[in-house]
Amino acid sequence: MTMMRNLIGLAAGVALAGAMASGAEAQAPKKGGTLNFALSAETPHYDCHGSDTYATLHFASPFYSTLLQFDLPKYPAVKGDLAESWTIAPDQKSYTFKLHKNVTFHDGKPLTSADVKATYERLRNPAAGVVSTRKATFQDIDTIETPDPATIVFKMKAVNPAMMEHFASPWNCVYPGDKITADPQWPKTNILGSGPFKFQEHVKGSHVSGVRNDNYFRQGQPYLDGFKGTFFSQSAAMLNALQGGQVLAEFRTISSADRDRLVQAMGDKIRIEESSWTLNLLVVFNTKKKPFDDVRVRKALNMAIDRWGGSQGLARTSALRHVGGLVRPGSPYAIDPKELETFPGFQRDMAKARAEAKKLLAEAGVPNLTFVLHNRSIAQPYTPAGVFLVDQWRQIGVNVEHKQLETSPYLAGMSSGQFDVAIDFSNLFMDEPSLGLAKYVSTSKAPENRSFLESPEIDGLIAKQANMGDPKERIKVIRQAEKLILESSHQVPLLWWHRIVATNKSLMGWEMSPSHNLGQDLARVWINQ
Amino acid sequence: MTAVAAPPLAKTAAPKRRHPILAFCISQPLGAAGAVSILVMAIAAVFAEYVAPYDPVAIDFGAMLAPPTLEHWFGTDAFGRDILTRVIYGARTALAIGFLSSLLGCTVGAILGVASAYFGGRIDMAIQRLVDILLSFPIIVLALVVVAMLGRNMLLGIDFNLILAIAVPTMPRVARVVRSAALSIRELPYIDAARVQGFSHARIIFRHMVPNVAAPYLIMFTAAIAQAILLEASLSFLGLGVTEPTPAWGLMLSGNASDFYREAPWMILFPGLAISVAVFAFNLFGDSLRDWLDPKFKT
Repeated sequence: MTMMRNLIGLAAGVALAGAMASGAEAQAPKKGGTLNFALSAETPHYDCHGSDTYATLHFASPFYSTLLQFDLPKYPAVKGDLAESWTIAPDQKSYTFKLHKNVTFHDGKPLTSADVKATYERLRNPAAGVVSTRKATFQDIDTIETPDPATIVFKMKAVNPAMMEHFASPWNCVYPGDKITADPQWPKTNILGSGPFKFQEHVKGSHVSGVRNDNYFRQGQPYLDGFKGTFFSQSAAMLNALQGGQVLAEFRTISSADRDRLVQAMGDKIRIEESSWTLNLLVVFNTKKKPFDDVRVRKALNMAIDRWGGSQGLARTSALRHVGGLVRPGSPYAIDPKELETFPGFQRDMAKARAEAKKLLAEAGVPNLTFVLHNRSIAQPYTPAGVFLVDQWRQIGVNVEHKQLETSPYLAGMSSGQFDVAIDFSNLFMDEPSLGLAKYVSTSKAPENRSFLESPEIDGLIAKQANMGDPKERIKVIRQAEKLILESSHQVPLLWWHRIVATNKSLMGWEMSPSHNLGQDLARVWINQ
Repeated sequence: MTAVAAPPLAKTAAPKRRHPILAFCISQPLGAAGAVSILVMAIAAVFAEYVAPYDPVAIDFGAMLAPPTLEHWFGTDAFGRDILTRVIYGARTALAIGFLSSLLGCTVGAILGVASAYFGGRIDMAIQRLVDILLSFPIIVLALVVVAMLGRNMLLGIDFNLILAIAVPTMPRVARVVRSAALSIRELPYIDAARVQGFSHARIIFRHMVPNVAAPYLIMFTAAIAQAILLEASLSFLGLGVTEPTPAWGLMLSGNASDFYREAPWMILFPGLAISVAVFAFNLFGDSLRDWLDPKFKT
């Protein structure tokens, strides 16, 4: 235990030192060098618009520009990327962006407002066969106008207070308009952007590499000559590479045990940065199946989960850590923990909660309930979450078979309703409540809600808050929606994740954030050799 | 004539025959040691509820990664679960999957081997080429292919597709060995006599040939159990066998164990030891059984 405390103390010290080092990064960046970093997953394709995995962003972000970006040191503030300046109409129904004039794609063609328009048309209204996972996000856009090659105007159907954040989404890679007009599927298998790095090669199962874009529109950037992202399917191999200096970073996360190991082995050569994370795991009940159509059963199973106790134990061995409601704990719209404790599944007195859960199951006529828990066969943090839930439900006499499946059958099973209870995930790139709440909209409108519950009341509240400009009033509506959802217990947050990123101290200019989807274009990253 | 009484027949004492089990223990002490180890494992597996000190899946975050103590003889894992308890329950998983998959693989293999030898000709050719194809795959690769193709099929807490995945690589090896034993039996006069009497093929195979390949079958069976335990542990280690929180030795070596084995080496030490002891015990017993049943194999 003493050793563990020392390690944690050392890790905290290193994290602090890391923060100080970040502050010291005001020193003049040095040019040159190739960044070798680790990628813990390989992208299934190259199309940012149709992906919702970080594997695509960590692979493709260095090759692309977006209209806006998140300003990570001031998160969640946004700043311009392709947009040099912008104006928002007082009624928030029109956004006008002026683009940088000297932007070219890697093939030398100039990037104009027509390319941005084609990109956003593809995002909000994809051609048949094209998948845009941001389609719903941009439904408030009415028309897109391009009065000149350097100006683009978005006219809105409705006010959307989160529109600027949506424009800064890292998934909105700007593609060449002529290419996606000729072949809407072109970005799935081709890479041609205007980002700080030009695509060099992708060797499947091995690596992706890029070289500096000498014509990048931001003078002096990027600082690196190039980068090479190597795929590591085994975390042990990745850690060894990080420890040995073969790679300088893995930008998603490592476990707390791995953090301690690296700190112990590398001392002041490693920088540890930690943050709460815009990711959480959910417990989803299939309301089309009996007995999960009965709110008493769902509520009982939800109430049996000791989230407060579990968060302390699981935090030591997994990425799961924070107890929260539907919005990330610690973010501006998050629920107060004291208020959260009044909802089913978040109470502190577990003996009382479990007694009530047993009573509810008996009332529902299923005191000896048996079911299959549908889970993803990824060790962290899905397996610990599954083991934890099985144990929690056994304590109210419920017998659970834990079934872990590869990603493809896991997702297919959930989408087709072939499950009893499942562990689902919510992967957000920012704290905008509309993004997170979209998962709780009725399944007929939001297929990512795998509970199959239809609730016009919940839909109405989620839609209402999305278009509210006054944050205080908006919070009230969000709380109402949260209350309805947690009481209904058809889909409930389990625990929110905690992000730990380890980077070699020689790596400079990379910025930590609560989302692993942000800040991966590597434009400002440099190596202090 | 004088009648001469025949002298009473001297009563010769029949040679004392040792009990077969005692005879096995005396002639094969290592095999006996293996048998005792198997027996201990089997008892632990069957009576796990009474033998194990804790619930194998109960989480106790207050006891996470505890080293071996009087309270937890083998320490605890990353969920605070008692490792001794999980090793005992793991014997149930290992033996159930090992026994059932070996039984299936060896029985199907033996039937194929005997049929191949009995019929000969094209049937023999077809069966043996199939066996050649299956033998050309490394055992673990073949098992991985079967698991990947079939997925999981849980019944009574046992994955029957996993049993099939382990049985398939066992089958061709048994078929080849049993065929060679059956080939010599096929040429014996009593098989010809049975044919002449018009017995059906099935009757000749099952009544006259199969009982005579019981020795190689039993030997292959014990060896197959050892291999099946190892294979189940390998598949579980690779994430394709049983799933958490089921206690299984291979599974105990993977997952969190790979993250914490430096600070909690007992997490991998005891399940690893359990696998080694089980495989060693079955191999010792199988080898001794071979020597005991068939003196021709003696080295």
